[in-house]
Formats: sequence, structure tokens, C-alpha cells
Amino acid sequence: MEKKQLKKVDIIFATDMCDPMDVLAKTLQRSPDEVILDVIDSGLKGRGGAGFPTGLKWKFTRNESGDTKYVICNADEGEPGTFKDREILDRVPEKVLVGMAICGYAIGAREGYIYLRGEYNFLLKGLQQKIDKFNAKARELGLDYTIYLKSGSGAYICGEESALFESMEGKRGEPRNKPPYPTRAGYNYKPTVINNVETLVYTTMICTLGPEQFKALGTKDSRGSKVFSVSGDTPIAGIYELELGMPLADFVEEFGDGDTKAVQVGGASGHCVPRKNFNNTVIGFEGIPTGGSMMVFNSSRSMYNVLHDYLEFFTEESCGQCTPCRVGCQQLLKGIEAVKRGERKPDYLDELKKLADTMKLAAKCGLGQSVANPFNSIVDNFREEIIY
Amino acid sequence: MTNTQALIKDLVGKHGNSRNALMPVLQGVVQQERYLSEEAMLEVARELDISAAEVYGTASFYTFLDTVPRGKCIIRVCKTITCHMAGKDQVIQALEETLKVKVGETTVDRKFTLLTANCLGWCHKGPVMLVNDDVYPEITPHRAIEIVEEYAKKK
Repeated sequence: MEKKQLKKVDIIFATDMCDPMDVLAKTLQRSPDEVILDVIDSGLKGRGGAGFPTGLKWKFTRNESGDTKYVICNADEGEPGTFKDREILDRVPEKVLVGMAICGYAIGAREGYIYLRGEYNFLLKGLQQKIDKFNAKARELGLDYTIYLKSGSGAYICGEESALFESMEGKRGEPRNKPPYPTRAGYNYKPTVINNVETLVYTTMICTLGPEQFKALGTKDSRGSKVFSVSGDTPIAGIYELELGMPLADFVEEFGDGDTKAVQVGGASGHCVPRKNFNNTVIGFEGIPTGGSMMVFNSSRSMYNVLHDYLEFFTEESCGQCTPCRVGCQQLLKGIEAVKRGERKPDYLDELKKLADTMKLAAKCGLGQSVANPFNSIVDNFREEIIY
Repeated sequence: MTNTQALIKDLVGKHGNSRNALMPVLQGVVQQERYLSEEAMLEVARELDISAAEVYGTASFYTFLDTVPRGKCIIRVCKTITCHMAGKDQVIQALEETLKVKVGETTVDRKFTLLTANCLGWCHKGPVMLVNDDVYPEITPHRAIEIVEEYAKKK
């Protein structure tokens, strides 16, 4: 088989492609509708993991009536295996701020907020200085728009958009019922666009390069490139911007250590792909979508330990609001421990899989719904490692 | 007025007394006092004119808003999978032996609290730990002890 080269891209971190403030000034010459049409046309989908079309989110929010609207940059990056947003905010914060301002201009918002996870508090000081400078410059451009910085306090669930709003409102970070969606009732129950850090940078770059150049990358269902956080058993762990739609086999060829047994695509809440499926797995919205977390495991690793670690994580990070998630996570964890100790027969794993499927249907938010992804994919592919 | 009351007055002056100010105010108290005492939570409730139960409800939800006394330096070692694979157990063991505490405990002199944390976002440079807000990636057991000794000297 012919080997395809992984296409490395340099859009997000490139500093010679544009002056972000110039991009903002130029974008303000165009009408909000034109800007939104470009973002829709680019095919950009959210880079936080869920993959909702960014342009549509902006359009829905613009179409809402009401004077007060908000832009929120979701920097509550908590998915195990993900560290790209920290790197982006550290290296190219202006591009993020400009993306937020473009969004604010497009939807008619006067306030933007960055919600930074508490684990990244060491970024607060530098980022606040950048924001102060930016706010002053935006005013010089005649834009009535101010960005504020908010800090989280160590809760994974606050990356879920409605839990994030609750947290910003001084409440427990418990997800809300949907609908209404944030585009109608978000922060303070006002129309809100909430985008991931990386998504906002891409909107800045789409305004720089035009939608055509962005669209030329990737596939029909997964336009553009994406920043990947690569960790685990790889000699070259780090951040890489790659074209979407690559076969996992090519990824493993580039990043594996020659002994790769499995790749966890999409973090703890993502899917575990075993070696036998590397060739027929595509990384993108048509295959396995991801917020960018790629954890590589070689054959020295016990997949029982991996699954146990994930389940402990979810048990601790479940907000406890809905029963399927609160109790489900605990029971899955206790369940695999019981099978391992021989207190339960191996076919108990099938009962546990049913429980995971129930959580997928009955849990209130993405946290509980996605526990079945790692659980079922690891139990199905590495059953003997879980049992013995 | 006690120190805590003065601190909270100051924070409310800065962030306002709306419900939306609750998180920044609590975070400000923790920044200074390392945890939220009963006195602090009651005072915040009074200043924001909400019930103390609401303040406690919010505070008890968040890992970084502790409601039990903590040391001057809070050490949080990441325990999630890639840091696990990179040797966080050895780091924790070294810290436990040096500080003479178990995970979750505070040293007798109230200088250090040793905790574990879920993914801190440094998976490519594990093991990693936070000391208060400062981050230390790619640590070894030896380096972790050095860092703790540096903090011990500082205070």
C-alpha cells in the first residue's frame, strides 16, 4: 500500500501570516452578515469536541432579538490528554481575542468573556495584560466591545457550556436542561455564542485567508486543519496542527513508537481504537471526531489500568446532579474491579456495557453520555485484559 | 473588623455584590487564606445578601475552593493516565516520605498540603504538579523534593 504523508499545517501558531489587529480592522469594514456567511462557507466546525458548525451558531445568535448578547471563549480545557488551548493562549493570545471581537461584531455583542480553567491560573497575569491592551485598541477602532477574564476552580464539568454559564453566575457547575440552547439563553440567560479557544483562532484565520483556502484543507465532512495534543507512548509528544480526515494508521506511523497497541482518540470521553482498526479509522467528523486528544499506548500498558483510570476520573468529575451518571460511573468502576478480583463472572462485563448504554441515553449531559465510548471500546477490544 | 472581614469587603468592592461576583470573591479568599472558613462563608453570604447555604453549596462543588484548612502551599500532583504512565506514583511517594504526610493531609507546621488532581493539561510533559498556582512539568521524584525544599525556605 502506498504511504500517504500526514499533512502538517501551520495556521494556528503562525505569526507571520497576519497582524491580528489589522485583520480585525479589515473585518470591521464588512457587514456582520458577510462575516457570518464566510464562516458558514468555510465549513468550520467547533474544535472543542462536539463539532457544531460555528457559522450557524453565530447566525442563530445574531438572529435573536434583545440588546444584551455575549461571546464566551471556553478555555476550560479539562479533557485528559488535551493541552492545546493552554498552548494557544500562551503563544497567540491576540488571535483568540480578535476572534472573540469578530464574533462580537458579527452577532452584536458588547461583552466577551474568557473562562480559563483554574489549573491554568499561572496564565492569568500575562493574559490580563494582553486583554487590557486589546480592549484599548478595540476602542481606538471604534468598536464598542470589552473582553473580561474569568477563572474556573477545578471542575471538569464546567467545560460543558451550560455548566460553564452556571459557574460564571456563581453557582454549582451543574449542566442545564436543553433546549433552550445557549444561542437563545446562555450566560445570564441571554443569547450567547460559546466557542472553544481553537475555534475562535480559526475564525480569525478564515477572515485572514478567506474561506476558500481553509476549505481546501481536510475532507467534505471535516474542513480545515486541527490542533492535536499527542501524548503517551510516543517519542515526540506535543502539539501538532494536522489536516483533518487522516487515517489513524498514518498517524500511528508518524507518532507511534513502533509498538503501538491502541490509540485513545478524543480523550477519556473518546474512543479507544485497537491496532487492528488503525487502517479503517478516519480522524474527523465522518470517522472519530476529537477535541484533539490523542493518547498513544504501547503493548507494555495494561488497558485495565487505562479504563480504571478513566472511570475514576469520571466518578470524581461527575457533577452528581443526574442519577444515571452519578451512580452509573461508580457502578462501572466497582464492576470492573469486581470482575478483576474474580468476584463476578466475566459475562458481568456485558451487564456493565448495558449500563453504559443506558447512561448514553439517560444522562443529562455529555459527560455521562460519553462514558460508554471508552468503556465499550476498551471492554470490546481488550476484554481479556479486563478479566485476567 | 477581622482580617477575613476586611479581605471580603475589599473583594466585594472590586468585584461587586451581585451573585455573579460569588466565584471571584471566593477565589480571592482562597488566594489569601488557602481555604474557606465558616467565618469567611458567612461573611460572603452577608455581603452578597444570599443565604450561607448557597455560598457553601457553590464552594463545596469546586475542587479548588476548599472548605477545610489547608497548608500555605498546596501541592497538587496530576494523577491522570499519561502522568500515571510517566511515574506520578514515584513522585507522590517521594513527597509523602519527605513531607511525612499521606495524600490529602497537611503537615503539622501547616506549610504544605499534599493532594492529587485530575488532568492538569501537561500530558506531553508528565509527571506534573502545581504548587498553589505555579506549575512544574516533567518532574522526577528528586526534582519534586527540591521544589518543596525551595518553598520551605521561602516562607
